[in-house]
Amino acid sequence: MKLLTHNILTSNIIKGVTRGFPLKIKSSRLEVKEVDFNPDFILRILPKLDWSALRQAATEVGYGNGLPEELPSSLEGDDSLQKTIHNILLQVEIVEGELECPETGRKFPIQNGIPNMLLNEDEVS
Amino acid sequence: MECQRPVFATPDTSHLSPQDFDLVYEPAEDSFLLLDALESEYFSLRKLRPTICVEVGCGSGICITFLASMFGPGACYICTDINPTAAKVAAQTADQNKVLIHPIVCDLVNAINDQLRGKVDILVFNPPYVVTPSNEVGNGGIEASWAGGEKGREVIDRFLPHAVQLLSLQGILYLVIIKENRSDEIEDKMRQFGLHMTTVKNRRAGKENLYVLKFTRVT
Repeated sequence: MKLLTHNILTSNIIKGVTRGFPLKIKSSRLEVKEVDFNPDFILRILPKLDWSALRQAATEVGYGNGLPEELPSSLEGDDSLQKTIHNILLQVEIVEGELECPETGRKFPIQNGIPNMLLNEDEVS
Repeated sequence: MECQRPVFATPDTSHLSPQDFDLVYEPAEDSFLLLDALESEYFSLRKLRPTICVEVGCGSGICITFLASMFGPGACYICTDINPTAAKVAAQTADQNKVLIHPIVCDLVNAINDQLRGKVDILVFNPPYVVTPSNEVGNGGIEASWAGGEKGREVIDRFLPHAVQLLSLQGILYLVIIKENRSDEIEDKMRQFGLHMTTVKNRRAGKENLYVLKFTRVT
């Protein structure tokens, strides 16, 4: 699971949960896999993501260094920050670990790099 | 000058075994019709400059992998399946074809945050459309890939309101159906949501009369 995926997941699917974003991440196996750098994609995807959730997630898995608290209004020309963001969005991969609902602590497994957000019938809202 | 449309190869699935297809829907006529439809739409899709593509119920991953080979690393390719084996197999299919996808195990798009509302440029769903008794719907495993309940519409109808929310202003939804799903009723329903329907492809395959429908926002 890339942090790009983490950025769009919520546990608001659990009965009664309304603040299920962002999920906490615990990584027990992390790999950095090389992905071609595509600055155009980074510039187009960033405004569609939640920066503070991305920064928090990156920090939780040990890749928070060099991430500003606030995203600068324009990243054009800032090659170094673009590459850092490329790395945390697309290269850092949580292979094994857990996502945790911030409200209830309910855990969702990440196995073979894939988050499993299925609930038991009695948990569904 | 009219440019010639590039031809995209059907994704390689030679890494998958008959055992995989005991647990995951094996690409069939419906899957290939959907690939043909997407390929025929190449120019209008490229004009969108898609950033976020989502496939719901990705099964073997053949379709999301195909989209990823069409538009490359300028977009991200997110896919969901309620069957964990399907999500795993989809990731392998992407690897086999050297593209990057982001699989999630969840029910339709329920674990996707509201933040993605209005941001999905290409949305694809090849749903469980077979007419079956209602109690066969959504039992997980491979049945979930085809059992559609009454009129084959139970999962489709549950999905459509979410599709409307996710689509960006220029976004396009592609939906595979069969004749028994009643495209006229789907069209009415989507018109109420402000979406316009057209048919991209129609093909008879055995006893299935398959359609690929396309929905866009009325502007």
